[in-house]
Amino acid sequence: MRLLLVLVKLLPLTVIKKVINKIFEGLLMFSSTITTLTVLLIVLFLFKEGISVFKESPLEGENVIVLSNQNKVSHLTSVEVKKIFDQETTNWKFVGGANDSILLFTFNDLSNYFSEEELGPAFEFLPNKMDSLIEANPGIIAVFSKKYLDKNHKSKVATIDNISPKTFLLGKEWFPTANPAVQLGVLPLILGTLYVSIVAILIALPIGLATAIYIAEVAHPKIRAIYKPVIELLAGIPSVVYGFFGLIVIVPLIQKTFNLPVGETGLAGAIILAIMALPTIITVTEDALRNTPRSMKEASLALGATQWQTIYKVVIPYSASGISAAAILGIGRAIGETMAVLMVTGNAAVMPHSLLEPLRTIPATIAAELGEAPANGIHYKALFGLGCILFIITMIINIWVETISKRRVNR
Amino acid sequence: MQSDFKKILSQSIAFWTFRILSLVVMGILFSILGFIFVKGIGVVNWDFITQMPEDGMTKGGIYPAIIGTLCLIAGSMLFAFPIGVMSGIYIFEYTKDSWYRKFVQLMTANLAGVPSIVFGLFGMALFVNKLGFGDSILSGSLTLGLLALPVVIRTTEEALKAIDNSYREASYALGASKLQTIKRVTLPMALPNIITGLILSIGRVSGETAPILFTVAAYFLPKLPTSVFDQVMALPYHLYVISTSGTNIAESRGMAYGTAVILILIVLILNIIANIIRRFLTKKYKTN
Repeated sequence: MRLLLVLVKLLPLTVIKKVINKIFEGLLMFSSTITTLTVLLIVLFLFKEGISVFKESPLEGENVIVLSNQNKVSHLTSVEVKKIFDQETTNWKFVGGANDSILLFTFNDLSNYFSEEELGPAFEFLPNKMDSLIEANPGIIAVFSKKYLDKNHKSKVATIDNISPKTFLLGKEWFPTANPAVQLGVLPLILGTLYVSIVAILIALPIGLATAIYIAEVAHPKIRAIYKPVIELLAGIPSVVYGFFGLIVIVPLIQKTFNLPVGETGLAGAIILAIMALPTIITVTEDALRNTPRSMKEASLALGATQWQTIYKVVIPYSASGISAAAILGIGRAIGETMAVLMVTGNAAVMPHSLLEPLRTIPATIAAELGEAPANGIHYKALFGLGCILFIITMIINIWVETISKRRVNR
Repeated sequence: MQSDFKKILSQSIAFWTFRILSLVVMGILFSILGFIFVKGIGVVNWDFITQMPEDGMTKGGIYPAIIGTLCLIAGSMLFAFPIGVMSGIYIFEYTKDSWYRKFVQLMTANLAGVPSIVFGLFGMALFVNKLGFGDSILSGSLTLGLLALPVVIRTTEEALKAIDNSYREASYALGASKLQTIKRVTLPMALPNIITGLILSIGRVSGETAPILFTVAAYFLPKLPTSVFDQVMALPYHLYVISTSGTNIAESRGMAYGTAVILILIVLILNIIANIIRRFLTKKYKTN
């Protein structure tokens, strides 16, 4: 006790205070680094997994594709492999070989060629048999596990490119679990996302702008006081509830109106996204409109302009950058929206042609497929690759909005 | 006179268009709310919120999903609230217009713009797989907490910004330190707004589905969690499941409406509470 008193006397109170202050300040500073840390970690984890998809072969598991040595073809793309096994391509001349029809061989065909005795109880004679079978049929294409490849095989193993950024981004087919070669073209998903989001904004923008102008410039303060909580509520309703409403009301309505086989279409997604983007557009636009200096408005009114003339000649031009920020932010929200879109767009991973067909967005694909993709498999990595694309798109949008609002401040 | 008439006409046409379109927005909200409430309010009763789901989720209640969502709210707020408020205080009170402030604000804005499904991916990669928490309340809460963090930070900053600098200067003039000023003057004054923001972010967290898909949510789990490493059902995921991929979609429709009503009620009640607190605390502060 006495020691403590001595210590307190020795150490001036201000020093203790200072130490405590420093500790708190350090704690506060640490907290402020968490968001930065999170962004960095997101980038790290997403891109680490996403980029590793480019080291993967599109062939499933340990499989190899084996061709006869007499075959001129020795290299196939993943799209060609899929077409051959879907029997869309039936002649070697279409993939750069001789005019010879293609004979498919998969492990399921094994019993058509060999009896069980011939293969041996543990398939020990299989590699040898396979090799001679392939050499006997110049038009054959065989897919089987690497372990059944004969050690001194005369047949040749076809080379297949790994997934490349080009085929990933520009490929038009998304069949992440196709056999024997997966198709990882994300173009339909990117286009589907942009398509739905842009249509959504085209629907939401006029309504949102009109509402924002009405609330900011026209409405009586009492009416404004009603609108504000309503819009807050509209923003607060969970996306899954919007999705549910879309599924129950909008999807059947679209199906009936356009007489479609299914109502789950891009249009349904666009309408729901438009509703969900409204609060963002309204609040951001309203803020921008309110930032117009009072003196500018009063000057316009004093010159004899009507209130409406003042709005569209002074207020709207002054807040133009804010309004465009609202539109871009709305698109950003729409692009990232997952659940509602997942529930109403039908999720067909095809190139979007019309709004009245099912389509699929990037977030919906991730949400629908990640649960079934085995961890660290090629499908899993491809979904992280999609996450990277989504992250980059939204990042660009954020920075774009940021620069627009800076421009506004600088003026 | 002619041109005056034209001016007035065009003004009233424009204003009426705005008025009607803004009524459309109101109409959309109320038709969504009205539709779901009319169809679902009959399902909601005491049993619905206190019973386990039965018969492939077509009968019974949604008790485990409600408890699950409450766990996730508590967990995520326990993480996001202290860190968010401290971060907001640091950014606003300690870093005056430095590069650090701009940088942190940019990062916070970026984090706020990250789509919720990306949070889901990240949560799965970091908490579930890397740190080995598995599908658990802990993983889900941390993921949701990170998602709510930018909201809390921004609310805190805005609340501090709203306080007139003269209060701080008065406190300094009386010899108070920076920390004392924050503790005794700025924070109490900012509290109503901070709490309002906190409550609104609870609303957001309670409805998020995408981040919990792969970090915590269970399809069907008719028991209550016993530790933070347990999986739970959650309201928004439950609604998604029974309206799209349940065992019997047609028969579980009633349950779906009921779940949607509960979700909307949570948001509605939180909004009302936030507004009441804002008013009450502001008034209390003023009379002092």
